[in-house]
Amino acid sequence: MTTRTTRERKGLRLAQREAIWAYVFLAVPLAFFATIRFWPALQSFRLSLFTWHVDPARRQFIGFDYYQELLRNPVFHQALKNTLLYAAIVVPGSMLLGLLIALLLQNVGRGRSLYRAIYFAPYITPAVAVAWVWGWMYNYNFGIINTLLIEWWSFLERIGLERFAVEPQRFLTDPDKALYSVAAVIVWQQLGFQVVIFLAGLQGIPRVFYEAARIDGANAWHLFRHVTLPLLNPVIVFSVIITTIASLQLFDQIVNINFTDQGGPLNRTLSIAVYMYQEAFGRARMGYAAAVTVVLFLLILIVTLVQLRLTQRRVEY
Amino acid sequence: MAFRPRVPTGVSVVPVADAALERGLHASAAAPRRRRVNGWVLLSYVLLTVGALAMVFPFAWMLLSSFKEYRAILSFQIWPERFTLVNYVEVLTRTAFPRWFLNSVIVAVGTTASVLFFCALVGYVLAKLRFPGKNLIFVGILATLMVPTEMLVIPWFVMSADLGWVNTYWGLMFPGLIPGFGVFLMRQFFQTLPSDLFDAGRIDGVSEFGLFWRIGLPLVGPGLGALGIFAFIGNWNAFLWPLIVGQDASMRTIPVGISNFSAEAATQWNLIMSASALAIVPVLIVFFIFQKQIIEGVVLTGVKG
Repeated sequence: MTTRTTRERKGLRLAQREAIWAYVFLAVPLAFFATIRFWPALQSFRLSLFTWHVDPARRQFIGFDYYQELLRNPVFHQALKNTLLYAAIVVPGSMLLGLLIALLLQNVGRGRSLYRAIYFAPYITPAVAVAWVWGWMYNYNFGIINTLLIEWWSFLERIGLERFAVEPQRFLTDPDKALYSVAAVIVWQQLGFQVVIFLAGLQGIPRVFYEAARIDGANAWHLFRHVTLPLLNPVIVFSVIITTIASLQLFDQIVNINFTDQGGPLNRTLSIAVYMYQEAFGRARMGYAAAVTVVLFLLILIVTLVQLRLTQRRVEY
Repeated sequence: MAFRPRVPTGVSVVPVADAALERGLHASAAAPRRRRVNGWVLLSYVLLTVGALAMVFPFAWMLLSSFKEYRAILSFQIWPERFTLVNYVEVLTRTAFPRWFLNSVIVAVGTTASVLFFCALVGYVLAKLRFPGKNLIFVGILATLMVPTEMLVIPWFVMSADLGWVNTYWGLMFPGLIPGFGVFLMRQFFQTLPSDLFDAGRIDGVSEFGLFWRIGLPLVGPGLGALGIFAFIGNWNAFLWPLIVGQDASMRTIPVGISNFSAEAATQWNLIMSASALAIVPVLIVFFIFQKQIIEGVVLTGVKG
């Protein structure tokens, strides 16, 4: 490294060496992403344009026929409607409760991390087993919830207030109630995630903002509305996106909570993912099921694009 | 964290929490203004306790039911007259539960090891090495995050059937070996390290792999910890893909096995609840041992990711 020219030459050689090493390190991962992520995604589009047969030579090209079937198929419409309804319940439900609990947790000092852990625990337990536990609690004849409702009823009867009694509910078998019962389980399981994320967001808001606002005469509501909420905005956007995408992909709970009639009653708890699974692996209609997953992909793409818009327009306070 | 890429994915960037991170999550940054036991604090405790009971109740009810005899399940007693382990014995003898447990351990440990190594390696290369095509590769990897698993399982299954991967450990593991999210996370961590560190190592004659393995890796411990926890839990709880590819009774993971067994047990809820407990309780024990690290990991990935 004595003269300029040798240093330049050496620099060039180092740069080349670095690039070669980079590609050596990336060889296996790039092969993975190409064959396990990209190619299958394209393959799904391709499969959705062909009838299914195990032998690729006997798959027939049918263009967009399966997509036209999606437009007509009432079961798919029900699944799509249910999925959007799940998202519409789970996202605001878990977020509002999560924010409330995070705010309450901020009020308490002692025991905060224990409470936080308790609220978070369901989030990491296997959804399959959780669904069976709730299925048992929701059981019409022997479930604990109905048992307690009956106890409550007889208690009210004894004191002459039976008009306030609630009848036992067919939580999972009444077509008008099943989806809400399942959504409640998902809110119960998602809640802890929101609590943890919101609590971290709240703890990141500098104290001085509150103190300054209080000096200006702001009351508790003003503080929440004009300091907490705006500063929490990025956390809220993040959480909305994550939770929406997760809600659009619901599968484990729905399959397991009503095992004898998955997605039932009358397809009223059926989600897009469960519908895809039934068509692909129950009825061996791989091509049609692939078309279903393309629609799911588009839904998630839309959510992602909305997120991009929201985060790019981020306001600095 | 000087650089924040726009991420076209489900993972976003949460800047306000950075301060919380830097201060340490357990710093009492949010302690009430003046700690006096006033009505608000009391009310908060009451509401939080009611909520916490609602969170705990399903687990408690699962355990209570799992210790009851079938007869007791169908009578309306809340507390079991007699605690019995007969359900657990029956689940463990009637099913291949130890095998499912072993399968879950193999799949979760194997996948997690691969996730940690490859995500860190790719994250390091994308953060610290200069080479043509870097941005294209990074954007390409991020783009894979937009594709839901549901869209991939059909081609994966067709591929696995063709290549004989159905009912094999490799078949169970291959989809999760290098998640794009992990690459993104590790890249963020490596980017916070000064480049001088690696340049100095290079001058000292450290090999390119050594720069990653001996200099970079020890400095991204918290990132690896969070990623490892998530890879493990995610694979331990995974259901959709193991259900498709691991149907053979000997190749089921715990969630698939529990689901199958419970369906066969039909109305024998005492058995179903002990099977569920066998799936849930180990996870809860591990969670309560490592709860601080796990929750910090969620915040870290939420914040950094």
